[in-house]
Amino acid sequence: MADDAILQVRDLRAGYGPVEILRGVDLDVRAGEIVALLGSNGAGKSTLNNALSGIFRPFGGSIRFMGAEIAGAPAARIVEVGLVQVPEGRRVFPNLSVRENLELGSYRRGRANRARNLERVVGIFPRLAERAGQAAGTLSGGEQQMLAIGRGLMTEPRLLILDEPSLGLSPLLVEEMFALIRRLNADGLAILLVEQNVVQSLAIARRAYVLEHGRIALSGPAAELAGDPALRRSYLGL
Amino acid sequence: MNARRIVAVFGAALVAAFALPFVLPSNYAVNVAAMILFTAFLGQSWNIAGGFAGQTSFGHVVFFGTGAYASTILQVAWGWNPWLGWIAAALAGGVVGLAIGALAFRAGLRGSYFALVTLAFAEVFRILANSAEFTRGGLGILIPSDPRAANLQFKDPVWFYWIALALLALSLAVAAWLKRSRFGAQLAAIRENEDAARALGIDVFRAKTICLGISGAMAAAGGTFYAQKYLYVDPSIAYGVEKSVEMLLVSMIGGAGTVFGPLVGAAVLGGVGEITRSFAAGQGLSLVVYGAILVAIVAWLPDGLIGVFARRGGARRGRDA
Repeated sequence: MADDAILQVRDLRAGYGPVEILRGVDLDVRAGEIVALLGSNGAGKSTLNNALSGIFRPFGGSIRFMGAEIAGAPAARIVEVGLVQVPEGRRVFPNLSVRENLELGSYRRGRANRARNLERVVGIFPRLAERAGQAAGTLSGGEQQMLAIGRGLMTEPRLLILDEPSLGLSPLLVEEMFALIRRLNADGLAILLVEQNVVQSLAIARRAYVLEHGRIALSGPAAELAGDPALRRSYLGL
Repeated sequence: MNARRIVAVFGAALVAAFALPFVLPSNYAVNVAAMILFTAFLGQSWNIAGGFAGQTSFGHVVFFGTGAYASTILQVAWGWNPWLGWIAAALAGGVVGLAIGALAFRAGLRGSYFALVTLAFAEVFRILANSAEFTRGGLGILIPSDPRAANLQFKDPVWFYWIALALLALSLAVAAWLKRSRFGAQLAAIRENEDAARALGIDVFRAKTICLGISGAMAAAGGTFYAQKYLYVDPSIAYGVEKSVEMLLVSMIGGAGTVFGPLVGAAVLGGVGEITRSFAAGQGLSLVVYGAILVAIVAWLPDGLIGVFARRGGARRGRDA
């Protein structure tokens, strides 16, 4: 496979207790690309996410990020090397202000450039600047999702994992969210997009993987997958 | 407020509090004031873990009792000087805090599960103290009375007042540091959303465990104070559920996760306790009133009494006060 991959997952096996969920997953993300990881509920997307970000120790296999093995490393160290996850469900700090939420983003990484990054993030999300002093819990769902992503950007990620960023947003906001992800990527940021929203994800991704029962069932350029009959049958009901 | 002004106001308040016993009418009043300050200190020890880090404990007495027993046993059975025993007690409380934290947080216990496991630890310690030889079981341990400053015993209650004031000032300094420091920011993030904190690279396990260690050391220091004041420890004083509830109550009523919440809560509860006691003999009435206050606070002032001042002062909401 490609040598320019910043994230290289090989034969990854992971799960909970005695239950193996991921049964040998191979996946690559190269510099500057959006890769979509698709799959229905229970396919193992969250397990893969948790293994990548160090929340659970994988059973076996390898995860190489920027050339270094990180499988089983503590979550704090994984953030330190620039692999940053924006967890699903807009997990903001509800009683802290928007500004404090963002500042906490640069807790482990990107502290030196905090002021500059803050400016950059509110440049991307002007709404957050308007609400800087407001408690994050009082924001709307879409604004909270933007705050969560903005907070992730404060860490100066080399690869940003977005876990279901469109979950629970209105159709209009979903559009906006995908446009935004494309914009972040246009600035050179590599993004692993973990989504159930197949059509929109394939529209912005360069490549995609489809996870089924803990294995990669399909993979390839997003444009090809969008026309794949098997995928269309199982996800789009066509 | 800038830092210099805060220090000035704080210093003035400290001087005033130091001089207060000279204007109080009786030893009894000094005693009441000393216990309010002491309860505020214990509340602050709970608040470090329960308020700042959001790790609600129902069994903080496990640290308090450990401190009380540690210094008392070192003193009575081993002949240690109680001042030295006091330091050892704080260390013992810190170690128990780290140990319980390591066990509970490694097992992933959060929220009410963590609260229940602390309650269980407190009960286990109480039962052990009740049955072990070196704690003299249910008989408890009497510290021989020998009121000298070198023995950490005083005839005049004003000394305990001043010691309680010093403890409280120290705990307020710890809380103020938590408000401004990196470590405090970690704890705030964990309190607000543990998963998000982890996603930002905060070592959640480490921060929570250290926090419980600090909190435990403080509560244990309070245990020694209590033992030296009453010169007696037994399992129900040391590990009884009442002190756990009291610590939690003053923080919640005053405002959990705020620097001055426990002090406000202790002053209110102390005042209420005195008033109800003057109306009716025995303990019953004050507990009824405490309960009613807690219900009212939870229902109408979830940020505690201090939230009222914070909002009126135009400051940002509750937690920031």
